[in-house]
Amino acid sequence: MPSNMELRRISATPSPATGVRTAPTVAKMIDTTTCIGCKACEVACQEWNDLFNADIALEAPSEFGSYQTMPDLTANFWNLIRFNEHVEKRPDGSEKFHWLMAKDQCMHCEDPGCLKACPAPGAIVQYTNGVVDFQQEHCIGCEYCVTGCPFDIPRLSKKTKKVYKCTLCTDRLAYGLEPACIKACPTGCLQFGTKEHLVQIANARVEQLKHNGYEKAAIYDPPGVGGTGVIYVLGLGDQPELYGLPNDPHVPWTVSVWKHALKPIGSLLMIGALLGTIIHYVRYGRNEAPGMRKVDREEV
Amino acid sequence: MTNNWVDIKNADVILVMGGNPAENHPCGFKWAIEAKKTRNAKLICVDPRFNRTAAVSDQFVQIRSGTDIAFLAGVMNYMLTNNRIHKEYVANYTNAPFLIKEGLLLPGDNDGLFSGFDPQKRAYDKSTWAYEMGTDNFVKVDMTLEDPRCVFQLMKKHYSRYTAEMVASICGCSKEDFLKAAEMISSTYAPEKAGTIMYALGWTHHSSAVQNIRAAASMQLLLGNVGRPGGGVNALRGHSNIQGATDMNQTHTLPGYLKMPKPEWQSLKEFIDATTPKKLRPNSMNYWENTDKFMVSMLKAFWGSAATTENDFAYSWLPKMDRDYSWVYIYDGAYNGIVKGVFSFGMNPVGNGPHSKKMVQALSRLDWLVVAENFETETASFWKAPKEYDPPAAAQIKTEVFMLPAANFAEKDGVFTNSSRWLQWKWKVVDPPGDAKADQEIIGRLVLKLRELYNKEGGKLPDPVVKMAWNYSNPVSPNLEEVAKEVNGKVLEDFTDEKTKVDYKKGQQVPGYAVLRADGKTLSGNWLHSGYYTEAGNLAMRRNPVDDSGGLGAYHNWAFNWPANRRIMYNRASADLNGKPWDPKRPGIWWNGEKWVGDVPDYKPDYKPEEMIGPFIMNPEGVGKLYAVEMNEGPFPEHYEPYETPVDNPLHPKVSSNPVTKLFKTKMDVYGTRDKFPIVCTTFRLTEHFHYWTKHEAILNQLQQEFFVEIPEELAKEKGIKHGDRVKVSSARGSVEGKAMVTKRIRPLKVAGQTVWQIGFPIHWGYAGKSVGPLANTLTPTALDPNSSTPEYKAFLVSLDKA
Ligand code: SF4
Ligand code: SF4
Repeated sequence: MPSNMELRRISATPSPATGVRTAPTVAKMIDTTTCIGCKACEVACQEWNDLFNADIALEAPSEFGSYQTMPDLTANFWNLIRFNEHVEKRPDGSEKFHWLMAKDQCMHCEDPGCLKACPAPGAIVQYTNGVVDFQQEHCIGCEYCVTGCPFDIPRLSKKTKKVYKCTLCTDRLAYGLEPACIKACPTGCLQFGTKEHLVQIANARVEQLKHNGYEKAAIYDPPGVGGTGVIYVLGLGDQPELYGLPNDPHVPWTVSVWKHALKPIGSLLMIGALLGTIIHYVRYGRNEAPGMRKVDREEV
Repeated sequence: MTNNWVDIKNADVILVMGGNPAENHPCGFKWAIEAKKTRNAKLICVDPRFNRTAAVSDQFVQIRSGTDIAFLAGVMNYMLTNNRIHKEYVANYTNAPFLIKEGLLLPGDNDGLFSGFDPQKRAYDKSTWAYEMGTDNFVKVDMTLEDPRCVFQLMKKHYSRYTAEMVASICGCSKEDFLKAAEMISSTYAPEKAGTIMYALGWTHHSSAVQNIRAAASMQLLLGNVGRPGGGVNALRGHSNIQGATDMNQTHTLPGYLKMPKPEWQSLKEFIDATTPKKLRPNSMNYWENTDKFMVSMLKAFWGSAATTENDFAYSWLPKMDRDYSWVYIYDGAYNGIVKGVFSFGMNPVGNGPHSKKMVQALSRLDWLVVAENFETETASFWKAPKEYDPPAAAQIKTEVFMLPAANFAEKDGVFTNSSRWLQWKWKVVDPPGDAKADQEIIGRLVLKLRELYNKEGGKLPDPVVKMAWNYSNPVSPNLEEVAKEVNGKVLEDFTDEKTKVDYKKGQQVPGYAVLRADGKTLSGNWLHSGYYTEAGNLAMRRNPVDDSGGLGAYHNWAFNWPANRRIMYNRASADLNGKPWDPKRPGIWWNGEKWVGDVPDYKPDYKPEEMIGPFIMNPEGVGKLYAVEMNEGPFPEHYEPYETPVDNPLHPKVSSNPVTKLFKTKMDVYGTRDKFPIVCTTFRLTEHFHYWTKHEAILNQLQQEFFVEIPEELAKEKGIKHGDRVKVSSARGSVEGKAMVTKRIRPLKVAGQTVWQIGFPIHWGYAGKSVGPLANTLTPTALDPNSSTPEYKAFLVSLDKA
């Protein structure tokens, strides 16, 4: 966790956190209508985050018949371009083929289900700029965040028994740089900035698309999770599921119940954490040396 | 490129055909996206496969591989019949009004052949194709464009056969899709509109390659799109410096596209007389009149003080080409035992030549092979090729192979010339590892050693090597800035320029090619690059980000743009007859009452508009060519089937394929027919890999893990093939095996009333490197375009089976 980033929320810890000042919420915009599926963002992510591990290629062979690098996100592959083939039936009876490329990664929800579900204090934090970040040294590997996430993002590493996902390159943001994927994208289909500004840009683009053959173009910023730190411009905006995005994501009710149960008895949090640790111990055995993230990654 | 990468953003319509820039030029493709976002430009993609470019296009048309000319000819017919051409431009800036001699027969009236075909020689006698000359020795013209023998009328007649129905029948696309695309493309006929074309190897890898590009150029001329911001015919080059390689040397041209000497041109005078074109119209500038200056300056750069007036500037030391020495012929020569040794620098012939098995055989018949490379490539290790390539037993191969580790692009400085014709200096980032050396050091050491041996032992023709100008401060590893200065050119003796009265002093760098001389007082390694290293320094090092063209993205102070730092070629055509821009918002150059201003004029800056000097100064016609006598298969592009074709040519079944395709005769040069090989196959590249190099790089291997075959869903169903099944694809020359990628992105086509299947697979794999797989070129034919000698990599016949 970069020391110069202030926190808004901390898992299994009474809010508000240390954040006494506010900061503009940052966001990433993905204009799928100008994404060419070049995967520069994938490579940039792998390289900046030191995620590369040749073994993964063998774990995820290309047998599923796609240009997609692998079938799904993994604990050391946080940024995946999904390639979907779709035949649109147009109102005039004609058919139009689409090859839809959409970047899949953590959405940095305003209201993060992962953080809400997490029983380990400090394992998931949300900074004042809205970025949701996992702190592996506090992670107990219980995978409650996986249940809590409406986008199916966090992935448990079989080796480290900890959960990983996109950090929005927090370690770059902290020093005034944009995320690595943004930097690498050659077409400008990825943009980074304040959420407010990007929503304006996205809306303007949607208007343009509506005049250029995409009558159903729309922005994807689902209200069910309070909006997201990653917003999409979709050409076929009435069908986000074609891009692999849930239509109307919500934090699962089980998580909300679990949170409600905890609220009045805050001290139970500690018990929750303890419970989590026990679960972890039972499932995986003793976690010898949690170590630094960097080391974890090399082992992933 | 006639224009440049940044200029794509100025287009109203972008036709991507014979190329896949989103896949293969993702960084440059940003300018197409920019045009879409900032000016609502329409992007049309025409390709055998729904590819990454198609994914972001406004209109996609799927065509059968190798039918591009039919499509473009159809668009031209649509334009000509619907009056969607830029008339003032066509009449004044093209050879539309030029008259052709009586006796020319067009293929529509002559069973698919132009007049003059000799079936024995498989070549044309072009005498009936010639222009009609007047008594003044200039071509006769009819400015009303009504004479039935003027190019315009002949062209109308020629293309009239390409109706929308005919296009649909040849290409296998729907008539509606074609018409929609034709309507969009031709919308730029309005003078204030501009449209561009982006193409690459999807046009050049065919047996009618050059005619594909001729068709595109004709279409752009009819629309008045050449020479203008947002227009042009833009070749996307596939390597960072392939433009530089083309500019500097080929076996069939000299640097700067000077012609290669032939045996019948024994003296310099004979060479100059034969290769300097004569003006065809009184108002033609005919810039190639300067051929002698460029040639002599080049000879002075090669041989310095040993090149004198007395010895014809050492012209006799240049090799004379008695036959085609282009790429495929070199290796055919090796196969036939004529070529004894090969130096292969940054080149992997076993990977990138057609017919990999023949390549392996060819190399195994050499006496020696030197490979300077970053990795041990298929070529360097041809002697241990897997058994699928039928290599001779290693013990029987007599070729002595030398593998020289070479520095890669980041391990040496120098200049890259990109598609935009920008010469951009680059700086070394790291030292090469181990024993690896920069190319100039490898060559430097060779030169010095050869000289030593010639001096000691003599030889048949020592002079070209012994007397070569090699005056570098470090002859073992020449400093590339010194080489750059030599390429630019310098003054060897004081002189006063006759026209400008400017004095030039010995030792000075020339400011550009305009001052080069035929008397030996200047040298220049490549006239076309002249101007890049002047007294002002190395202009290729410039990185000034200020756009001095009012938002058009010309960036005149960024790097150096050959020729003469001109960003758009033929830019005189961007203005009307009076010198006013066709589109005031997108001016190229314009007449300010005294001179031409704007971009660096591709014109004499003080030619008055009323002098009506033709805008295409490199053509002896002075105008753009809708009709080109130089082509070997006809003055107009005509649709010929690929050499291996699934159908008879619907236009003329008796002459199906290009009648002058270059073919080879060894027993390995076999060609398939549709009874055994009914499926059309094409090859392509992937974003994730670069050529045959990146399979040596693990992180990129992760992104595309193995060789695959793209198969239409319907065909897969018919053959019982599922995603991920292993399949075998065979041509007359060999077979490859890989995983099936069953997709909707390729559809069955209805061609001439029957269903034709297309499949395709990527290049990039081979038997060397960290990710091994079959070489795509195992299947490709040795059938070449008759003008450029480029192999038909992109359209051939195969069979498909479950492996
Ligand atoms: S997408 Fe999932 S992992 Fe990312 S912030 Fe939202 S809930 Fe958490
Ligand atoms: S870098 Fe940009 S264009 Fe390329 S795949 Fe990623 S998001 Fe798409």
